[in-house]
Amino acid sequence: MSSETGVGAAVRRKEDKRFLTGKGRYLDDINRPGQAYGVFLRSPHAFAKIKSIDTSEAAKAPGVVAIYTGADLAADGIGGLICGWAITSKDGEPHKAPAHPAIAVDTVRHVGDQVAFVIADTLAQAKDAAELIEVDYEELTPVVSGADALAADAPQVHDDVPGNLCYDWELGDQAAVDSAFASAAHVTKLDLYNNRLVPNAMEPRAAIGDFDSGTDEIVLYTTSQNPHVARLVLSAFVGIAPEHKLRVVAPDVGGGFGSKIFIYAEETVCAWAARKIDRPVKWTAERSESFLADAHGRDHHTTAELAMDANGKFLGLRVNTIANMGAYLSTFATSVPSYLYATLLAGQYTTPAIYANVKAVFTNTAPVDAYRGAGRPEATYVVERLVERAARDLGISPVELRKRNFIAPDAYPYETPVIMTYDSGNYPLNMDTALKLIDFDGFAARRAESESRGKKRGIGFSSFIEACGIAPSAAVGSLGAGVGLWESAQIRFNPTGGVTVFTGSHSHGQGHETTFAQLITEHLGVPIENVEISHGDTGKVPFGMGTYGSRSLAVGGSAIMRAVDKIVEKGKKVAAHLMEASVEDIEHANGVFKVAGTDKQVTMAEVAFAAYVPHNYPPDLEPGMDETAFYDPTNFTFPAGTHIAEVEIDPDTGEVEIIDWAASDDFGNVINPMIVEGQIHGGVAQGVGQALLENAVYDTETGQLLTGSYMDYTMPRADDLPSLKVETTNTPCPGNPLGVKGCGEAGAIAAPAALMNAITDALGVEIDMPATREKVWRAAQAVQQAAE
Amino acid sequence: MYDFNYHRPGSVEEAVGLINEDAKLLAGGQSLLPTMKLRLAQPSDVIDLGAIPGLSDISVDGSTVHIGATATHASVAASGAVAGAIPALAQLAGGIGDVQVRNIGTIGGSVANADPAADYPAAVLGLGATVHTNSRTIAADDFFTGIFETALAEDEILTKVSFPVPEAAAYVKFDNPASRYAIVGVFVAKTADSVRVAVTGAAGSVFRASAMEAALNANFLASALDGITVASDDLNSDLHASAEYRAHLVAVMAKRAVQAAGG
Repeated sequence: MSSETGVGAAVRRKEDKRFLTGKGRYLDDINRPGQAYGVFLRSPHAFAKIKSIDTSEAAKAPGVVAIYTGADLAADGIGGLICGWAITSKDGEPHKAPAHPAIAVDTVRHVGDQVAFVIADTLAQAKDAAELIEVDYEELTPVVSGADALAADAPQVHDDVPGNLCYDWELGDQAAVDSAFASAAHVTKLDLYNNRLVPNAMEPRAAIGDFDSGTDEIVLYTTSQNPHVARLVLSAFVGIAPEHKLRVVAPDVGGGFGSKIFIYAEETVCAWAARKIDRPVKWTAERSESFLADAHGRDHHTTAELAMDANGKFLGLRVNTIANMGAYLSTFATSVPSYLYATLLAGQYTTPAIYANVKAVFTNTAPVDAYRGAGRPEATYVVERLVERAARDLGISPVELRKRNFIAPDAYPYETPVIMTYDSGNYPLNMDTALKLIDFDGFAARRAESESRGKKRGIGFSSFIEACGIAPSAAVGSLGAGVGLWESAQIRFNPTGGVTVFTGSHSHGQGHETTFAQLITEHLGVPIENVEISHGDTGKVPFGMGTYGSRSLAVGGSAIMRAVDKIVEKGKKVAAHLMEASVEDIEHANGVFKVAGTDKQVTMAEVAFAAYVPHNYPPDLEPGMDETAFYDPTNFTFPAGTHIAEVEIDPDTGEVEIIDWAASDDFGNVINPMIVEGQIHGGVAQGVGQALLENAVYDTETGQLLTGSYMDYTMPRADDLPSLKVETTNTPCPGNPLGVKGCGEAGAIAAPAALMNAITDALGVEIDMPATREKVWRAAQAVQQAAE
Repeated sequence: MYDFNYHRPGSVEEAVGLINEDAKLLAGGQSLLPTMKLRLAQPSDVIDLGAIPGLSDISVDGSTVHIGATATHASVAASGAVAGAIPALAQLAGGIGDVQVRNIGTIGGSVANADPAADYPAAVLGLGATVHTNSRTIAADDFFTGIFETALAEDEILTKVSFPVPEAAAYVKFDNPASRYAIVGVFVAKTADSVRVAVTGAAGSVFRASAMEAALNANFLASALDGITVASDDLNSDLHASAEYRAHLVAVMAKRAVQAAGG
């Protein structure tokens, strides 16, 4: 369809009307009749034994309905929270998954760990009562850094995890890498820290448990990116209720960035407690709780080495990483620094031998799990910092060094030494496009002009790759995933021609209600205003694996296309009957069925009406026009691109100004270019935040979170960013019916390395993220003193 | 937030009469209310000064700018009278916090709270202002006494700040990127007979940089500050800036302020 609302059109987001007019319905906007309010008493200590909890005074406080501790959950047979991805250490041992009770039983292991749940008639009463609970703690010495946790004399976070080691995992051919290094003309080595981040979704997490004693059904309203997975886990593993007696509703959700994938303690307790008190109970996180108790992102200590021949051809890559898991394993924590990370260490290059060793460790900090990009930003950061440093070491332009090592556009499918098979791409094209966008040829003159003003100018590159659209169920199952990663879609025509699409993908800012509707408009000819996208309710949608890993369009959209195929197939039978033709002679395009070679035609709307009012209808065909499809992808998709950042540094203060930003990204086919561009903007902003501003810092001695509010945790703001120059290249993905690759994480994956490379280019020395002004100032001073 | 008694007196005298040991005065509330919401403060009584007539007046009287205690940062920033007399003061007010803070926060609240990283104390001390209360006037040099400490008595209410109009002045702030408070803010003011340099954000309280003042009294040029440093010993050191970095920034911001003031 041609149209202004079909595939490829920059359709304005249908959902924005309600968001921009204050009609969005977020979790805290929902209130149930008779609802009580819950608050969590949280640990003030990073690591302590709970010697006793006295709730007697609190229980007498006005309005208190109930107070629960970990012992109450255990007494009801409520299990702990689980980790859904099993990683096997290199010695064959399964990863260590210590108990993760929703409310701590005898030990608290990070500041903010749940100690008790207080339910009262009002929120203020619950808060007042929580202050009356007396907990006798025996404080223990905490450990907060992943590297420190591996020391021989480190505090033991869990008694049943010796040395705090969750797993010691490897990928790749170590012998081949050793031999590559032995024959190398040059080796570049870097130590890097990938800083810890707080996700900071605009809407804090919240939950309402609502129990119907008449039907024995629990409805859990929760801020989830994947309500069906939440239902599955809460039913099968935690034991809240059988799946058919548990409905999970995730309404409008205000941002997730991964942090709302996971099944958390708070929603678990709300669902359980609603039955206990036979009354709805609501919990809404305050921002301080979000800082303490949302799963954090990243936190890797890495040493990486790149072996090259005399011409700068990459021969081998060796990567050793310590990944901080925090105090407990969050839902998918184990997969992030393993299969979502080391499998991308080939980057866009032909490096023939790669070996990665990852040690995942427990510490007395908030659990760490997937955050926008999840493993892939960490991989890109390692590879692209290392490549840029290698270029400097060898005296080769970073552009030239990359081009010498890019996988050629005609080399696909390309099998890397770290188990991925890249399906398509054109890396040199992205590089050249980005170079043009930023006017690379004019950089030398711009740098000279900056120097004339006493400023330092730098340019930095990041040629990233990601594996997204996760993922083939059999493949991830073989790697330890506890679930399949397919998606479902149901297309329901109404008799009057409107369409409701039920999708297992979940939109929490991505614009699915528009992009998915464009698919229906394009392929079934239904006007976009007549298409409704329904998601986020296990009571409506057949099933769904949810939204993360840039999978919604590649997997969820593909499921919609499979359902479209079924609609068309059935529609042809109806159309053939209506036009008294043979089914084989019916041609379909854009919602119009034609008898080949004639001018006879009927529209999709007429066909749908006939299917619901089957007065004149094929005798052997079921009435109705309602088709469901499940789609399991055949491969990951591999979006890739080059981002270039240009910065100017004031050596007097260490201030970094981002002067310009160019991005050329290959996302395959694009359904809505405006939404894609918006995703790049948001992703780059988050990547800039990580590189320049954001940092979750725990005090080494006390384990207190020092950056526990926006007074100390710096989020990127509009004036931290220049106007971004964003273009896409479009090598269609051969692996899915839409030819799409996924764009949601690309900016956050690409940006940190580009910006840090620009800063180190300006300074001439390596520094770690975040490049705070003091860190940059100190580096600039050191360089100046060395020169004097 | 805990329960408290809310009062909205119609006069300063009535407000003074309501003060007790556990009461808090509410001007803009931009520091008080967050601490109450976090249950870190538990006042028995909150005395809202917002309804007192005339307490937010702004006027210029000859060579003095008078700003009432409950004048918001936004109203000071937007005041043509202030901008005409002391542009640096209007510009300082326009750079406090964010739009929401400026629309509610007040000069009296900021000055009386004496947050070591607040902007207004630099202007009060840098311009040698006079602080008026219900019972007396206090010179700026005597007003700020420590971290969140001032010369105000328990039962004393700040009513107005009077700023002498200088020949030239400028305020340059190096802000905390998260909170937008000053990591270092330097206010430089040149009058007919002297130069004052006030530094906020760097130490436990706003202070005057006397060596810089001496150099600028001799020669009001940024280059006069070459080689003059402040000792880092007593400066703040935190997550956002070490004492050494702050000491360096004081020198850089001071020079920039002198340049901005035409020196």
